[in-house]
Amino acid sequence: MAIRSLFTKKKEDGQEKGFPEGLMTKCPECRHIQLTKELEKNNKVCSKCDHHFKMTAQERVACFLDEGSFVSMDDHLQTSNPLNFPAYVEKISADQQKTGLNEAVLTGIGTLDGEEIVVAIMDSHFRMGSMGSVVGEKITRAIEKATELRVPFIIFTASGGARMQEGVLSLMQMAKTSVALKRHSDEGLLFISILTHPTTGGVSASFASVGDINIAEPQALIGFAGRRVIEETVREKLPSDFQTAEFLLAHGQLDAIFHRKDLRNQVAVLVKMHTKGGVQHV
Amino acid sequence: MSKNLAFEEPVVQLREKIDELKTIATEADVDMTGEIEKLETRLTQLEQSIYANMKPWDRVQVARHPERPTTLQYIEAMCENFIELHGDRTFGDDAAILGGIAFFEGQPITIIGHQRGKSTKENIRRNFGMPHPEGYRKALRLMKQAEKFKRPIICFIDTKGAYPGKAAEERGQSEAIARNLVEMAGLTVPVISIVIGEGGSGGALALGVANRVFMLENSTYSVISPEGAASILWRDGSLAKQAAEAMRITAPDLKELGVIDGIIPEITGGAHRNVAKQALNIKECISDTLKALNCLNGQQLIEDRYEKFKKIGQYTEA
Repeated sequence: MAIRSLFTKKKEDGQEKGFPEGLMTKCPECRHIQLTKELEKNNKVCSKCDHHFKMTAQERVACFLDEGSFVSMDDHLQTSNPLNFPAYVEKISADQQKTGLNEAVLTGIGTLDGEEIVVAIMDSHFRMGSMGSVVGEKITRAIEKATELRVPFIIFTASGGARMQEGVLSLMQMAKTSVALKRHSDEGLLFISILTHPTTGGVSASFASVGDINIAEPQALIGFAGRRVIEETVREKLPSDFQTAEFLLAHGQLDAIFHRKDLRNQVAVLVKMHTKGGVQHV
Repeated sequence: MSKNLAFEEPVVQLREKIDELKTIATEADVDMTGEIEKLETRLTQLEQSIYANMKPWDRVQVARHPERPTTLQYIEAMCENFIELHGDRTFGDDAAILGGIAFFEGQPITIIGHQRGKSTKENIRRNFGMPHPEGYRKALRLMKQAEKFKRPIICFIDTKGAYPGKAAEERGQSEAIARNLVEMAGLTVPVISIVIGEGGSGGALALGVANRVFMLENSTYSVISPEGAASILWRDGSLAKQAAEAMRITAPDLKELGVIDGIIPEITGGAHRNVAKQALNIKECISDTLKALNCLNGQQLIEDRYEKFKKIGQYTEA
């Protein structure tokens, strides 16, 4: 896993333009080299070994929602530096430049095969998708919007966990998003959590795991504590598939794993099963 | 195991004879239409007499037939867009119980059922359709999910019983079954259970606290397997056939005892002879029943279930 993330970082910096290597991308799993354009056409799935590359939030919008339907929310929220952490603000603005996002999550309203939904898409290219006050606030507002509109809420998670630089305030975002989800759920509304690579720490220990339906992408790393921490604690080698989506499915934590090529359609069907015409019984 | 069962032998032999005659007729180019017709009439009569007079033990054999259609086959034949949902969110995903959401005649429903394997390999993976506690907990999770979204629930029962194993005990097999019985009693959505094969004891009942319970004509539903009963009653498992007679485990028996609400007719010779047609019979039953149950509100459904199970039992008051 560690090796995988090293490679991905290099490739997905968004700065390939101008470099000859940018034309081609090497799969970190099978080392197959393919045209970057072809890879993008294939929803960033390796044509040879089905490795699912990380996606940016904008790429996710493009391949998941109906074309042109997405309207983003709360792009104006700005991260402050509550603990006066050195270089924090600079790091945030560097990532803002890099990703074109105000924080590690993009939220908004859109339609999925015609059904209105509210989505939140976490982007691991922004501070490893870690959750600080702005991420927590944006997700909470998105959930509230879904409750207000009485529509499903769908989240794509991708996060290393809580944002260390905001300390306990980050931890509390887990609670804040949860109380909002409870209100959404009590209204009888649908919440689908789609766990993508990687979903760990405080994010996996809060909203990511409590969907009415939990879905993951193949081979996604999902877990609470990091592999190294666990290995050091229990002093034994962990199995190679430990904390993969497949491992979680076998251990009862996921409803399903969908290949990216099927994801949009399957989720659209699930949404339809829970919305219009879905309920006939009084 | 051969595809044909012992009690069907005369039918099979006659059918073979007819086929043989037909082959000879074509090869030798002689006209035997008269003879063939006669034999075919005889075959129909024979089939009627044999299949109409099936003994309980015969039905047990049909219910256990290796090619008897499973939950998944019926779901695929009856529903659109079935999406399987896995896991109890706690311990594991039990392949002996399968569940998910599908469209049934345009209406989203939750379907849950025991799932046997079709091959030895699949049977090992699915533990021969004998669930562990996590299977029942997955079933309950999906029922609660259905309740939240006001979807009717269809359960297919097809198990020899809950798995009697060490791990199952450690994880609370009894608690898991017991919890399902209580929670199913309180569901505010319509629940229909259908025994499609074997309905083995508590492991079956844990998907069976429904507003309406149906059985396929050749399925069985009992407190214990005939072998188990024979072993307890007479300390001899080989007396299973007698136990099957004595225990009243067939669909007509249970109908008479007031345990089930109806019998879904089977294809002559058993459901495995025509899965598509059998699925149609089941679909019709579910469709009619849902139409009736969909008119009831949550509280009425709970009371309806209460009344149904309150009535079961026979006693006298001195």
